[in-house]
Amino acid sequence: MLNYLSKKSLELLITFFGITLVSFFLINLAPGKPTDAVSDLNPRMTPEIRAIYEKQWGLDKPVHIRYFIWLKNFSKFDFGRSFSSDSRPAWDKIKERLPITILINSISMFFIFLIAVPIGIHSAVKPNSLSDKLTTVGVFVGFAMPVFWLALILQLILGVWLNILPVSGIRSLNYENLSWINKIFDSMRHLFLPIFITVFGSLVGISRYMRSTMQEALSQEYIVTARAKGLPESKVVYKHALRNAILPIITITGLSVPGLISGSVIFETIFAIPGVGQLLYQAAMARDIHVIMAEVVIVSILTLFGNLLADIGYALADPRIRVK
Amino acid sequence: MFGLFAVAIFAPLLAPYDPDIINMEQVLQSPGAAHILGTDDLGRDVLSRMIYGTRISLSIGFIAIAIATIIGVILGSISGYYGRLIDSLIMRLVDIMLSVPTFFLLLTVLAIVGPSIWIVMFVIGLTGWMSIARLVRAEFLTLKEREFVQAARSIGASDARIIFRHILPNALTPVYVSFILGVAGAILMESGLSFLGFGVQPPTPSWGNILTAGREYMEVAWWLILFPGIAIFITCLSYYILGEGIRQALDPKLKI
Repeated sequence: MLNYLSKKSLELLITFFGITLVSFFLINLAPGKPTDAVSDLNPRMTPEIRAIYEKQWGLDKPVHIRYFIWLKNFSKFDFGRSFSSDSRPAWDKIKERLPITILINSISMFFIFLIAVPIGIHSAVKPNSLSDKLTTVGVFVGFAMPVFWLALILQLILGVWLNILPVSGIRSLNYENLSWINKIFDSMRHLFLPIFITVFGSLVGISRYMRSTMQEALSQEYIVTARAKGLPESKVVYKHALRNAILPIITITGLSVPGLISGSVIFETIFAIPGVGQLLYQAAMARDIHVIMAEVVIVSILTLFGNLLADIGYALADPRIRVK
Repeated sequence: MFGLFAVAIFAPLLAPYDPDIINMEQVLQSPGAAHILGTDDLGRDVLSRMIYGTRISLSIGFIAIAIATIIGVILGSISGYYGRLIDSLIMRLVDIMLSVPTFFLLLTVLAIVGPSIWIVMFVIGLTGWMSIARLVRAEFLTLKEREFVQAARSIGASDARIIFRHILPNALTPVYVSFILGVAGAILMESGLSFLGFGVQPPTPSWGNILTAGREYMEVAWWLILFPGIAIFITCLSYYILGEGIRQALDPKLKI
């Protein structure tokens, strides 16, 4: 077990350095400097001032040296300062926004599994039944639906026309004056649409995957044996087949983290939620490379951490892996 | 689906108005006899803009996935054929690309380079090749041990010839399906990027940026956000159904 985990951790470490390398060079070799946003529109900008300005931000050194400087600072969790007018350290800006994004994504993840796994099991156990066909249609609809569009439509119908849910933000204006029970209720009302949208976006893929692993498990010989022993069908399905079918789903969880976080950019922008997705959108709009780079790295760390958790979960669930 | 191609090709004939003509006297008209799908905030005809948007959205979808497929096929073939160090390097690269939230990378590059249709196609292609590379590699791993490959090698065929003439044609079947599904994915991706303002830039119409423009007026002009979304939805749905159809037709296991 320990062996397996240390091997996995090493792999993740290499992957992580690869990510920093790829994203750093991508960001820094792309034409256009972050200082352009300030200097291009400034009539008093001379080449000399531009050079001073670039030196101040350390942009005068060759890119590979800048990468090592970046790595050194990264070990102190110093991602440099934001290029925007507040000049705050990039890490501080991200730190205060992380909890809400993690909260929304974790709750969504919980619901995705709560709904996707039973749907997958059901359509695998009764293939070609009416409900299986309905879920197949649902899967196509889910894949083809532009999620941000669904978000806008729901915002329009539920928020504007019917006026039963708040359109944006995470709290009402009078939040401070509410009793604690109303505070919880208020947050739930604000988070409902973002979570609904996130769950909808990932639900179909995972339920489809669950269906195929479950079908695979049900066609194995040990299922025939279990049935031949005269076990009740519910025991065959939920004990013998499910335990094997659920394993790949754990891996998929790890792999679905980047997609979930990518989705955050869109729904946080639509619903005005002050999370890391919205920050990335603002930073990208302002070409704030220190913040962008910090975002990419931190989100990748989260993703890799998700992968590691999935690997641990897999090892706990499957003794064959622990022994190897 | 062929209807969509027809719309894209014959856009100038089908569109009732010029998509870029601004008519300030007819701002935000609701759908009616003169403008079937209404007009936008500058008085442009939504139907005409959507018809022209079909061209942009479809071509981005196709070209982006063509780029992704070419990269994926080449890297997958090399990785699967040579194995060992090259294989593990390429597969590590795949892992890295799969662990970065692609949307973040896309936004980053577009923010720095500045969005244009070509850049959008190119970056969507660059971030979408990993699954194809894995598919092709898996095919290569089994095919390279087969007799016909050994035969080709024994008559002295070069590596490049073995890869591209002998193995690749046999390895392409799963690629067709993922190409079709990928087009739908790329159209969704483009509309998402354009929606955030990092994709196709106005005044060029794309389904995504018609939506963005409509977002500000959605309380008074629901038609601006409803119709482009439906267009994206129907297009992607037809690609997914086509992809699933091809998969079932090609998969011998499902024929029994």
